[in-house]
Amino acid sequence: MTRIAATDPQVLLEMIQSRLFAFPKRHFNAAQDLDPPDILALLDLADVFVDLNRRTNKKLDLLKGRTQVNLFFENSTRTMSSFELAGKRLGADTVNMNPRTSSVAKGETLIDTAVTLNAMKPDLLVVRHSASGAAELLAQKVGCSVINAGDGQHQHPTQALLDMLSIRRAFGHVDSLTVAICGDVAHSRVARSNVILLNAMGANVRLVGPPTLIPGDADQWGVEVYHDMREGIAGANVVMMLRLQLERMDGAFIPSTREYFRYFGLDREKLAVAAKDVRVMHPGPMNRGVEIDSEIADDLSISLIQDQVEMGVAARMAVLASLAARLETDR
Amino acid sequence: MTQKQSQAIALVNARLIDPASGYDGPGSLIIAEGLIAEVLHTAHLPSGSADMKVIDCDGNVVCPGLIDLRVKTGEPGAEPKETLKSASRAAAAGGVTSMVVQPDTDPVIDEPAMVDFILRRARDIELVHVYPAGAATKGHNGKQMAEIGLMSESGAVYFTDVEHPIVNSKVLARVLSYANGFNALIAHRPKEPWLSDGAVATSGEMAARMGLSGVSALSERIALERDLALVELTGARLLVDQITTAGSVKAIKQAKARGLDVYASASINHLVFNEIDIGDYRTFYRLDPPLRSEDDRSALVDALADGVIDVVVSNHTPLPAEDKRRPFSEAEPGAIGLQTLLPALIGLHHDREIPLIDLLRTVTSNPAALIGLDAGRLAVGAPADLILVDIDAPFSLRERDILSKSKNSPFENRTLQGKVELTLVDGRIVYQSA
Repeated sequence: MTRIAATDPQVLLEMIQSRLFAFPKRHFNAAQDLDPPDILALLDLADVFVDLNRRTNKKLDLLKGRTQVNLFFENSTRTMSSFELAGKRLGADTVNMNPRTSSVAKGETLIDTAVTLNAMKPDLLVVRHSASGAAELLAQKVGCSVINAGDGQHQHPTQALLDMLSIRRAFGHVDSLTVAICGDVAHSRVARSNVILLNAMGANVRLVGPPTLIPGDADQWGVEVYHDMREGIAGANVVMMLRLQLERMDGAFIPSTREYFRYFGLDREKLAVAAKDVRVMHPGPMNRGVEIDSEIADDLSISLIQDQVEMGVAARMAVLASLAARLETDR
Repeated sequence: MTQKQSQAIALVNARLIDPASGYDGPGSLIIAEGLIAEVLHTAHLPSGSADMKVIDCDGNVVCPGLIDLRVKTGEPGAEPKETLKSASRAAAAGGVTSMVVQPDTDPVIDEPAMVDFILRRARDIELVHVYPAGAATKGHNGKQMAEIGLMSESGAVYFTDVEHPIVNSKVLARVLSYANGFNALIAHRPKEPWLSDGAVATSGEMAARMGLSGVSALSERIALERDLALVELTGARLLVDQITTAGSVKAIKQAKARGLDVYASASINHLVFNEIDIGDYRTFYRLDPPLRSEDDRSALVDALADGVIDVVVSNHTPLPAEDKRRPFSEAEPGAIGLQTLLPALIGLHHDREIPLIDLLRTVTSNPAALIGLDAGRLAVGAPADLILVDIDAPFSLRERDILSKSKNSPFENRTLQGKVELTLVDGRIVYQSA
């Protein structure tokens, strides 16, 4: 596909209209909701939104009249603002909600919230929750489209989509690239969504980390598993670092942050074995000096970390726009 | 004695026993620059051999020096019990050329700087090789994994919480799989902490009659079966740190048959003594695990002969008089063993007709393979860690012969057979009998 940096607002709008398509499903809960043609279509659409977002006037009215609720049970700054900006730029009315997660009867609270929300007739419901499967449960209870913005250790499909976008824009393609996903795979919803999309796009996927942080049966995910980082990132085109959660650092899964950094932290020395054109990614927020050396994170010639944030808004605009298009056809 | 041996040494007219290659027969060895330079299967050197110090072994056994995987000293933290130096002297006299010291010192060896400390001390002493084992969890707390990767890199040869079994199965599973990622070996004692709490003997007629609180021999198997299941779960490698009962032998045999990467050790004490030995309340026989029944002991010896037990250890545990000169149930458990490991093992050859080469395998090539040492074999290029032993010579161990700072030997005044004549470490003579 060719990328045209369109500046003329009319041309941009026509390109968006020509690339706009109805999302294959009513909800976007998991990466496997997308088949390879859908992924490509979303990336093509997102590319135009990238151009739009670089203009002074970023506002469209594709979602005019639509109500988007961002329901974040778990704290998040970047994902929530990314969704909020995406909705606003498309002309939707956005509402952010941060209900307190009750320590008891979480399931009940979630369904109660869903029923209440449903009565307000939103069109798009972006949800993040600490429990795996929460987005799926909500989808069964509400009349609108649900977008999973991260559910427990299950999935974070828009993150994987923005990662595809970042990779495709850096390399021109995703297929045949070797992508090493490194670190705390066991607790990572980002990793699970990425494994699915990367495999669908034809990349070679590797998982790298200590055995305590890689699920025991991960070798059945169509990936290669490595417990030695140098072996795992040897020849890799993309090294995707994962965040190590603070509560996993002190002895439970790894002995110490210094040992973790020594064997699984990304520094120049380890990165030297990767491919010459290697690009480094991180879903953020980073633990500098734990999983990644600042020297690499801040080196714009190899780090895609800032691009990922930019692509996040565009990729989410593509998802929101095509889900809204689906709502049109459903009606 | 500690000078580098520059002149080549020839050990001629020997009976070479090399469990690694399976050779047991006449031979000679040439040692140069700390390594075995030549292995000859002839009693004498070819004529016209170059200038070297020739030692006539008079048909006695020359085999690799012993590798003892379980040794405690008091260093650091309890030097009056034993120092690395005093233990090294006892080791050299006992034909032990490599010993692995346990991490349950004060402070615990649970980080790379401590591993380094032990290695540096051993280098300064320059007698036998000393390798530290590292803690599996921080301070042996059974909760937080210790720095297994960094300690491995610093030279720790395996990881163990010694007498503190990791009771939390989740923690042990994680320790096992984490270590597996580094190809690090975990050793774990199959001890059920609640059942063995307060016990000083094996429960049974003997302990009951003596009025000693006992623990059932079964408790070991309860703990062992869990550990084996965790090995199955994680696919990791485990050294079962001392089995002592017939039930455990069976469990290990089955685990190996199922293809688990499991190894088992036994202490020499449990191969030689049984619960009858505590009859006089002699605290030198107060051990942990406690001495078992004769049926258990004999099953253990059979397992040794069958190769079910991979490694025999001295479980050298020095304890001063103030810890031992107490009522049986109040005395600290443990016995020294560096000087008696070899003769006691040879005793099993004399008494039970177990081939010497099979016995020696458990203290040479097997432990070497487990912790990845180059030693433990008679091969060209291997380090010249060797011993010359008169396997028939009888002697009785008297207190004044004990080189350890602590004298708690259950073999004291017992007649043993098999005397170390010469111990070489890296080609240097570190012990020579008077």
